[in-house]
Amino acid sequence: MYQPEFEAMERSRLEALQLERLRDTLERVYASVPLYTRKFDEAGVKPGDVQSLDDLRRLPFTVKDDLRAAYPYGMFAAPLRDIVRVHASSGTTGQITVVGYTKGDIDRWADLMARTLVCAGATPDDVIQVSYGYGLFTGGLGVHYGSERLGATTIPISGGNTKRQVQILKDFGVTGLGATPSYALLIGETALEMGIDPRELPLRFGVFGAEPWSENMRRQIEETLGIVAIDIYGLSEVLGPGVASECLHKNGLHVNEDHFIVEIIDPETLEPVPDGEQGEVVFTTITKEGIPVIRYRTRDISRIVPGECACGRTFRRMERVSGRTDDMLIIRGVNVFPSQIEQVLTGIPGVAPHYQVVLTKRGVMDHVEVHVEVAPDIAFDEVKALEALRRTVAQEIASALAISIDVKLVEPKSIQRSEGKAKRVLDLRNEGGTA
Amino acid sequence: MVEQVSVFLENTAGRLAELTRVLGDAGINMRALMVADTSEFGVVRIICDMPRRAVQVLDDAGFGASIAEVLAVEVPDRPGGLADVLEALQAEGINVEYAYCFVEPSGDKAVDILRVDEPERARQALERAGVALAEASTLYELD
Repeated sequence: MYQPEFEAMERSRLEALQLERLRDTLERVYASVPLYTRKFDEAGVKPGDVQSLDDLRRLPFTVKDDLRAAYPYGMFAAPLRDIVRVHASSGTTGQITVVGYTKGDIDRWADLMARTLVCAGATPDDVIQVSYGYGLFTGGLGVHYGSERLGATTIPISGGNTKRQVQILKDFGVTGLGATPSYALLIGETALEMGIDPRELPLRFGVFGAEPWSENMRRQIEETLGIVAIDIYGLSEVLGPGVASECLHKNGLHVNEDHFIVEIIDPETLEPVPDGEQGEVVFTTITKEGIPVIRYRTRDISRIVPGECACGRTFRRMERVSGRTDDMLIIRGVNVFPSQIEQVLTGIPGVAPHYQVVLTKRGVMDHVEVHVEVAPDIAFDEVKALEALRRTVAQEIASALAISIDVKLVEPKSIQRSEGKAKRVLDLRNEGGTA
Repeated sequence: MVEQVSVFLENTAGRLAELTRVLGDAGINMRALMVADTSEFGVVRIICDMPRRAVQVLDDAGFGASIAEVLAVEVPDRPGGLADVLEALQAEGINVEYAYCFVEPSGDKAVDILRVDEPERARQALERAGVALAEASTLYELD
């Protein structure tokens, strides 16, 4: 453990610490963030009314739209001169969401990521290759600061140029890897293509997150790379990576409860559910200064794993995220809302705004094919013109979603219409679907 | 100019058979049918006796059909007949997007269907070259 005084804190002391930090956070946001002043007033609750952790449920929720509406700095609780870093969500629906960090936030974040790396077995003797993207995305810099805080040798290679990733992995004697799980697997397969067996390298562990993955995928990564693969969790609205992490027992992700209060709610009734029951994950930050969030609805579905963990950490564990309560897809680490596709299609003559997104795996990477209906009165019949139409649609969608995709033109009215929820997405990624 | 029925089809098994059955059931008789295809989709082009009715019934049956205006020229059914026509167009710098032919039931003339990028100039070029344009009324009912 990196900070056993907190990670193994006795539960009653931990809860007392949580309450103290929660009340402090509530006072701060009520005084400095107009959105919270308004929300608390509307709910008829004052920060001082919160006398116990159970009172948390009296507070209003925060949702992603609140952050969008506050673009860019409207939800910051600290003045801009105290903000030393900003990140933004990779989501591409309408407005991006911007988050800010004070010096203290960056400092605590580094500690939390050091905890995460130690959870995966890292020590100051390790050489850690950070293959998460650096930039507005929190992954790269998040792992980077944690690795430096731990005292490990840190290689800030960022994502991309996979052959060079393999070369450096080998030449630099890398022992730990941070990446999205699909990219980790791609690095492994690229190594094999280059005649390098990653299992014979010193590489020992990896911390993987930012996209959903399965136990099957874990086995594949562990076998291909010859490592221990650890699931890590975070989201920029709450912090970035470092919110929760598996330990070597790989049975749920310990939530850093001295910094975040986790609730699981029923997304219909919005009432908290007991530990062990599935629901939507909700976080309240209790140490953040730049942009604290109160009862932030993540839309991620999980549950609390009941019982204690053999590792000695007392933090409760959330199960690997099993889905979403909205239509958001995570494709190659990018948040994608299918509804964006419809907007694009309405602007292109020759196609109807009817589509279906088909997700498969091509090799280890996500592959996206969007089926688009041609307009019933399509006014041209040359193959050349249809191919040009297909390319236009592909380019427009790709630029709106910020990911590359393939487009298939299909016949008018051939995509199933259904009452209620349209089957807009066919996700075959975990069913061995290939294209 | 004559009216051709153009239909967008996905490359799926049996789809062309369904299309021709819809036309058959509606009593529509085809004079010519040509398929242009890629690996994923195809375009079926049809000259038939009732083009507008064909579009209607295909539309009702869920196909994406439309009328395309094409040139139809009558050439003697002999070697070099089509070459003469295409050379006349090429001399004027007119591009042919696609072309296909069928033989008249009488057997002594072929009809060439041409889709060109500049139909009006093409028509004039062909007239100057002495190529006879087929009248729509000789190919189908004017509905």
